[in-house]
Amino acid sequence: MGKKLLLQNDNVPGIDTYEVYRQHGGYTSVEKAFKMTSDEVVEEVKKSGLRGRGGAGFPTGMKWSFLAKPEGVPRYLVCNADESEPGTFKDRYLMQRHPHLLIEGMIAASYALGANTAYIYIRGEYFYIVNILEKAIEEAYTAGWLGDNIQGSGYSLNMYVHPGAGAYICGEETALLESLEGKRGNPRIKPPFPAVKGLYACPTVVNNVETIAAVVPILNMGGDEYAKIGIGKSTGTKLISASGHIKKPGVYEIELGLPVEEFIYSEEYCGGILNDKKLKAVVPGGSSVPILPAELSLKTPTGEPRLMSYESLSEGGFVSGSMLGSGGFIVMDETTSIVRNLHTFNRFYHHESCGQCSPCREGTGWMEKITHKILDGHGTLADIDLLWDIQRKIEGNTICPLGDAAAWPVAAAIRHFREEFEEYVSNPSSIVDVKHYYNIHNLVEA
Amino acid sequence: MAKVTIDGIEIEVPDGTSILQAARMIGPTVAPPAMCFYTNLPSSGGYCRTCMVEVTKGSEKDPRPMPKLVASCRTQVMDGMVVGNRTSEKAVDARKGVVEFLLLNHPLDCPICDQAGECHLQDLSYENGSAKTRTDFERRTFDKIDIGDKIQLHMNRCILCYRCVKVADQLTPERVHGVMNRGDHSEISTYITKAVDNEFSGNMIDVCPVGALTDKTFRFKSRVWFTKPVTAHRDCDKCCGKVVLWYKGEDVLRVTGRKDQWGEVEEFICNTCRFDKKRTSDWVVEGPTNLSRHSVISANHYEKLVVPNELTLNDIKPLNP
Amino acid sequence: MSEVKFNDETLAVVHNLMRRYPEGRHKSALLPILHLAQAEFGGWLSPATMDYVASILNIKPVEVYEVASFYSMYNLNPVGKCMLEVCRTSSCWLRGADDVIRHIEKRLEIKVGETTADGMFSLKAVECLGSCGTAPMMQVGKDYHENLTLEKVDELLTQFTNEDKHSRYCDANTYRKN
Repeated sequence: MGKKLLLQNDNVPGIDTYEVYRQHGGYTSVEKAFKMTSDEVVEEVKKSGLRGRGGAGFPTGMKWSFLAKPEGVPRYLVCNADESEPGTFKDRYLMQRHPHLLIEGMIAASYALGANTAYIYIRGEYFYIVNILEKAIEEAYTAGWLGDNIQGSGYSLNMYVHPGAGAYICGEETALLESLEGKRGNPRIKPPFPAVKGLYACPTVVNNVETIAAVVPILNMGGDEYAKIGIGKSTGTKLISASGHIKKPGVYEIELGLPVEEFIYSEEYCGGILNDKKLKAVVPGGSSVPILPAELSLKTPTGEPRLMSYESLSEGGFVSGSMLGSGGFIVMDETTSIVRNLHTFNRFYHHESCGQCSPCREGTGWMEKITHKILDGHGTLADIDLLWDIQRKIEGNTICPLGDAAAWPVAAAIRHFREEFEEYVSNPSSIVDVKHYYNIHNLVEA
Repeated sequence: MAKVTIDGIEIEVPDGTSILQAARMIGPTVAPPAMCFYTNLPSSGGYCRTCMVEVTKGSEKDPRPMPKLVASCRTQVMDGMVVGNRTSEKAVDARKGVVEFLLLNHPLDCPICDQAGECHLQDLSYENGSAKTRTDFERRTFDKIDIGDKIQLHMNRCILCYRCVKVADQLTPERVHGVMNRGDHSEISTYITKAVDNEFSGNMIDVCPVGALTDKTFRFKSRVWFTKPVTAHRDCDKCCGKVVLWYKGEDVLRVTGRKDQWGEVEEFICNTCRFDKKRTSDWVVEGPTNLSRHSVISANHYEKLVVPNELTLNDIKPLNP
Repeated sequence: MSEVKFNDETLAVVHNLMRRYPEGRHKSALLPILHLAQAEFGGWLSPATMDYVASILNIKPVEVYEVASFYSMYNLNPVGKCMLEVCRTSSCWLRGADDVIRHIEKRLEIKVGETTADGMFSLKAVECLGSCGTAPMMQVGKDYHENLTLEKVDELLTQFTNEDKHSRYCDANTYRKN
């Protein structure tokens, strides 16, 4: 069994209530933090080597230390619970089952940052979790962990839940802040970064749910101890959302460095491919990261076992590697059409583009139309090259990373599965049931 | 002050200057095109991505190149910065891509568009675009709507530069139009049919880089290159009263704000000056307007057409010698 | 439709929500208030509803329209009492979301984006709802219905019809009364 730091009490009945949570050691990290200065807490997180669990993998301690601290200006901690990356559902799991873990982490983090107000920005579709969090926050207020002068420490913190309303882009931190200010979720042009001008133009740290939750074990065990878990610069544990063609989909906490092969095939995790089919491909870190064909999912280009870590998954760059991303691990068996899967991604990014900047606004829709055309049996070889060229002209040229996120899946699908695209265009009759597929999706014919 | 080199030409500019502004100080030959940035609208810029440039050296202090192309309108110069615009293959290639994206759903109805001849999208496409389209998909369409009795919104042509929204925010107390929906369904709209009715609404027409917002009083009256611009002014209690009158024969066909060589209005004017003062006797005429913009109208036979003392492409030095 | 005005209980919740944000930043409460308004005033945001929300927050109506039209959970047109939102992105597609959509279309005799003639059901195909490990799934109001099979879909549809279900994401009890 791998080490569990976030989900070690996953099977404890009632762990979502304050009483049970407290009995199982809950809120001790806050007690510990209050005995330290805020800078010492930041230092502990730096030592832990914790990296952002939302997808970018930026060192959390460093992000915290960038926070500007001008006199007389409030600072904010905002928890990014907008989890919307296709293939990712671990934050939902964590908040639903362990709401107090998030709240505890937020108190410790807010204390470290000197923030007296903290918001949890949660995607609107998770409204039932808003209920859960509201209840847990109420309990925390009642027990004296929130409000004025928490546990006699002299430190005060108010915490609020803020629902979004359906927009993937609000997972981008500046779009999230715009949305939290009651505006359209349009990403801001950076600089300035949120650490200097964030919520209400005040210094703000935005952290993912899992990142904030990880602060709890880090403070409990000490940053140095935490850094010993995992492998190299990928320290600690990570929640992986496993879905697709596997026997046991779900959220698994793994120690970073676990071999991909073990994760897919062992009974402890995914339990192997559904119906014992063969593995065709894996999207290891949420829809935005490059898809890997079976052999490159299990082995790096140099033939070493591929590990679940930031470094190992990106080994080989985008030519033969991918990214750990948000840990949204989508498995596809041998029967899967990569082109159709790509089409669902293209449709997704087209639907979610905010429309501010032209390459993403126009390019995402164009790519969707082309994969649609190919699936419809009207594609040409030139369309495949055109797709390639469009993604190339979007990547790196947009205001926010959504452009890259839309471009990478296209590039990787063509890079690794070009012959499948060619089969679709040169032999349209090989596409089964295509017309029907489009009828039910109610798409406008190209 | 900061020293910055753009396309091999060095210039010293005040700290805080954007790369775009620094390039404009050098001259039109090296200035990147800008479809959404507007000097008089402080929060504008960053959206269209046509002004992207390559920064091969960040600054004297930190000489590392910037990993991605940057929007020159929203990136400040640093001392010692080296920038490639026309000389950067990456920037030129990306710009070509942006033009293609902007035209993807554009109706290309220049022959019947009042903006033709002074349209920035025409200029941009001519200079940076391809002769051939790579899309055969149906283009996105919207209905034409009248926003007020003087302005028509032709959303099909809009490139979503946000200038008209920002000008309304800046000049008028109660903005009633905005950007609705999202992604490629985004549109400029009042949402409910409502007139944009305030004394400065006409400036939306002037700041629009394309033919999305046009002057209904000028509609289909003449191609702009058959009209003759004359600089004039009047005492106005609402605005500066400084305008350009566009004549055809004896008739003033339209009134606009005065634009600089980048096509930007120098001072905004009120609707009374724009729509209600169309007699020569309403104005003190100063003389023929200097035109220096690189567009179809300036290619016509105007008196006093300024041929700018510009650098030529020969002055540009390669980015990585 | 009756007058667009929150009852006292909801209005108290609205004012509580506004207090969650600093003085002068009450516009922040726009998203949660729009959700409440949609739930209370017929499941969609009419111009009258949006103008009412603008008046509560003392902002321009166009600011509300801009925001409401940006987010996919706000309905700007009337919808059926019970909105079925079936996820269709990658993982759900891999596990048969298309079959679920096809099945519902056939059974309710509507297409995606349509409402049944009796105004009971609307069907919407949506993008990833974060339920990939329990795919396929659909959201009805705030409830997630996961690991769907066609039989399960049938049972749910019968159940919704029998109980005349109104789908809502939230109500006045969603938030704590601080």
